[in-house]
Amino acid sequence: MQRRVFLKSGALALVTMGLSPSFLRRAVYAQALPRAQKGKVLICLFQRGAADALNIVVPHGDPNYYALRPSIAIARPGDASGAGAIDLDGFFGLHPALSTLKPLWDRGLLAPVHAVGSPSATRSHFDAQDFMESGTPDVKGTPDGWLNRFLAAKGTCAECELRESPFRAVAFAAQTPRILEGPAPTIAMSSLDDFTIRATGTDVQRLEALYRTGSADLIHGAGTETFDAVRMLKSANPQKYAAEHGAEYPRSPFGQSLRQIAQLVKSDVGLEIAFADVGGWDTHVNQGGATGQLANRLADFSQSIAALVTDLGDRMDDVMIMTMSEFGRMAKQNGNGGTDHGHAGALFVIGGAVQGHKVHGRWPGLAPEQLNEGRDLALTTDFRAVFADVVGKHLGATRTDSLFPGFTGGAAAGVL
Amino acid sequence: MRHIARLAAALLVLMACGTAHSSTVRLTTASSAGDVAGRELREQTADEQVKHVLNRLAFGARPGDAERVREMGVDRWIAMQLSPASIDGRSTERFVARFPALAMSPEQLLAEYPQRQQLVRESRAQKSDLTASDSMRLKEAGRLSRQLLTELQTAKVARAVISDRQLEEVMVDFWENHFTVFAGKGPERYFLGEYERESIRPHALGKFRDLLGAVAKSPAMLYYLDNWESTVDSARPALVSRAPRGKSRGLNENYGRELLELHTLGVDGGYTQADVVNVARAFTGWTVEKPRQNGTFVFRPAMHDAGEKIVLGHTLPAGRGIEDGEAVLDIVSRSPATAHFIAAKLVRRFVSDSAPPALVDRVAGTFARSGGDIRECLRTIFASQEFFSRAAYKAKVKSPFELVVSALRAVSAQPDSTPRTAQMVARLGEPLYGHLAPNGYPERGDAWINTGAILQRINFGLAVAAGRVPGASLANWPDGRELAAQPREAQVDGVIRTILAGEASPDTRKVLELGVNPMAGDSAAANAKSDGFANIVGLALGAPEFQRR
Repeated sequence: MQRRVFLKSGALALVTMGLSPSFLRRAVYAQALPRAQKGKVLICLFQRGAADALNIVVPHGDPNYYALRPSIAIARPGDASGAGAIDLDGFFGLHPALSTLKPLWDRGLLAPVHAVGSPSATRSHFDAQDFMESGTPDVKGTPDGWLNRFLAAKGTCAECELRESPFRAVAFAAQTPRILEGPAPTIAMSSLDDFTIRATGTDVQRLEALYRTGSADLIHGAGTETFDAVRMLKSANPQKYAAEHGAEYPRSPFGQSLRQIAQLVKSDVGLEIAFADVGGWDTHVNQGGATGQLANRLADFSQSIAALVTDLGDRMDDVMIMTMSEFGRMAKQNGNGGTDHGHAGALFVIGGAVQGHKVHGRWPGLAPEQLNEGRDLALTTDFRAVFADVVGKHLGATRTDSLFPGFTGGAAAGVL
Repeated sequence: MRHIARLAAALLVLMACGTAHSSTVRLTTASSAGDVAGRELREQTADEQVKHVLNRLAFGARPGDAERVREMGVDRWIAMQLSPASIDGRSTERFVARFPALAMSPEQLLAEYPQRQQLVRESRAQKSDLTASDSMRLKEAGRLSRQLLTELQTAKVARAVISDRQLEEVMVDFWENHFTVFAGKGPERYFLGEYERESIRPHALGKFRDLLGAVAKSPAMLYYLDNWESTVDSARPALVSRAPRGKSRGLNENYGRELLELHTLGVDGGYTQADVVNVARAFTGWTVEKPRQNGTFVFRPAMHDAGEKIVLGHTLPAGRGIEDGEAVLDIVSRSPATAHFIAAKLVRRFVSDSAPPALVDRVAGTFARSGGDIRECLRTIFASQEFFSRAAYKAKVKSPFELVVSALRAVSAQPDSTPRTAQMVARLGEPLYGHLAPNGYPERGDAWINTGAILQRINFGLAVAAGRVPGASLANWPDGRELAAQPREAQVDGVIRTILAGEASPDTRKVLELGVNPMAGDSAAANAKSDGFANIVGLALGAPEFQRR
């Protein structure tokens, strides 16, 4: 970050008040570049609160599933209620609220991974999210997030740094999420509409002049980048890209975040990593079955993702979507029609390059002796194996071992 | 040239005196703060020193502060700030008294602000289905719990904005960040008011060992770093053998590790994994009485590992109880690594991100000699030539909290009693009591500055000027009222004087003076009268100059 800022502002230090020519050149430059290096995009979606994997990718072929969850289990496919699981492969099925994802499965775009998660035994949301975002289970001192380590490792030549788009990594969140914390520059925004200076045109220009003149330090450098980014966004005007191909995004915050991610992809601002999160998964009470609380969350979740895939159309060739949640929930339902904190969970990888038509990950079973600590779905796939697979093959990261220090499992998940 | 000669002379003096130097400083600072050694070595002008101390020992100047400090003398003002009890704090207390939750014990809070999780558990014990009225109660509990946190955040901002005990507020912020806890973890927020009131504030300028001990026994830290559920490993003897009540999880190393890595020795402080395990064993039994109902510290012998432990080369004999943990706190408090780690962090906060090593060594020396006296460490810093050096002047980037508070102080804002201002601090990237990881928010400036962050900072400055921040109104700002009626040139002068402490580059002044787009050439002169006083204030608060302290 620092070096990059100084590189940029070194040139700017030569510029004084009459800065038009160089400033104009830069603005053109900034907009011309990302198109030239149009590349792959990874969209990471975090389900905060520990999503109940067993009711999302339903193991309807495992008889123990129904014994453990007498009142909240999702019925077998073809159940007379009409609210059974949507069968995938005769053993697993999707929660009925995920019906919009079924066409993606049929097209070979959807790769669910089951019994996946963090090897850490923690049942703390806070610790487990931290570990999944730092990429270092049970190590709390890791200063950066793994997506930022990817960005920092990839952009190492001085020229690349100068050519980087400020929109390389964008999180739709009020603060930079842990997963994107680190030395590489990233942008956190609540919405595209908010990424603007709240002042009149004249005052915006005067503010820009304040940052473009004066000493070439960190603040002036970052300010310069900010104004570049604001201008670039204004000129690219992603808001002009209405949803295409009949995509209908839910009006929820999550749906709107995904709609804006699609706008950024389509407006060619150099996006490589996008991040959004969605809460409401901590279903200790009355989580419901085929309908109810969890079903409502899943409907919003899947409709948003399906709309994104529809909207992006052919651009999905370059896009990979990956979902994650800090851990799964207890195999057995609790006394309140809900589920308490568990261990392994499930995630989805969605994109043209996935090994489709297959639920990935070894199924550990739900018999009492097969459960983790006698209560949760056991872990058979380390989340880092999947992340490394996706980042390695989709984004072309060569050194996935530095993304996940201490992880020796390798990118062997075979999801892509 | 004269500068360099002076610096070289100072270096020579330093080298010649060696270790004797710091004791000289101590001798003179102890006698009278008005007679600090090395004043002739200060590179900053008298005027700069005034601004410097207001930016470092305080959260920026309120109107009139600079005049008061100048009149009193910089060194006397520093001495006064080092004795917060000598400063009237009643008006601050009157303001925060409007948040009664801040004065409550965790037990009272847990009774008055019932936890959602607790309600769920209670109703689960009685019946399996929740009724509509249960759902209402849960919703209300969620609202109250959020309100509890926003009141804590709001009070923290308000204290920093209005308290005259500015150094105390700076140090409370420093230690709350050093001993950070995360309000979002379980019932943590119920412990936070007590944590600040009883563990942090009373010791913020006191002895480090007292502070460390208060933190170690606080339900806030015991819960945050999981020590409350750390128990003797089943393979080892407990101090009192008793059938374990409920689930016994065995040893949890979380607090043991962070105590060494983040609270005392530092990550390179020379401890091993065996030390971490043995420290964790020493603290088994330091727990919280019913954290979701009562929340007080208790030592439980049945959870305590009674075996012998060796910590950093010291043997803790077998068969002891709470003394084990106390002994560990004594050992780490006296370690030279801790003296150095704390000294470096203080110097980074008060002097510069690069933390001049010679000063760090002297402060560490003060720490060791004074038995970890925080006030004496600060005295050493404030008496140092590094503190008043040219290199240190405006060298620090403001954290979001510092930015918000300094802007509100600059325009003489009233404290906000709504959650709005605290939300703005969060939006700028520093949600108060909201740092998830135990390392706290960064003390270094570069961590706060990135694309997007600048945008938020600029928009914050504009919001203050536009009257969108409760409590901040240009009409209630005496200088502002006066300036609003004056010609433009006088307004620019006034804004530079009051908000930018008289320090604006010629370019900045030019931009503020022009009422037009400075990049559009002279054809845009028609816009010259298009803006008013509030625009100038907004530009100044959003300017790069205001991001530094």
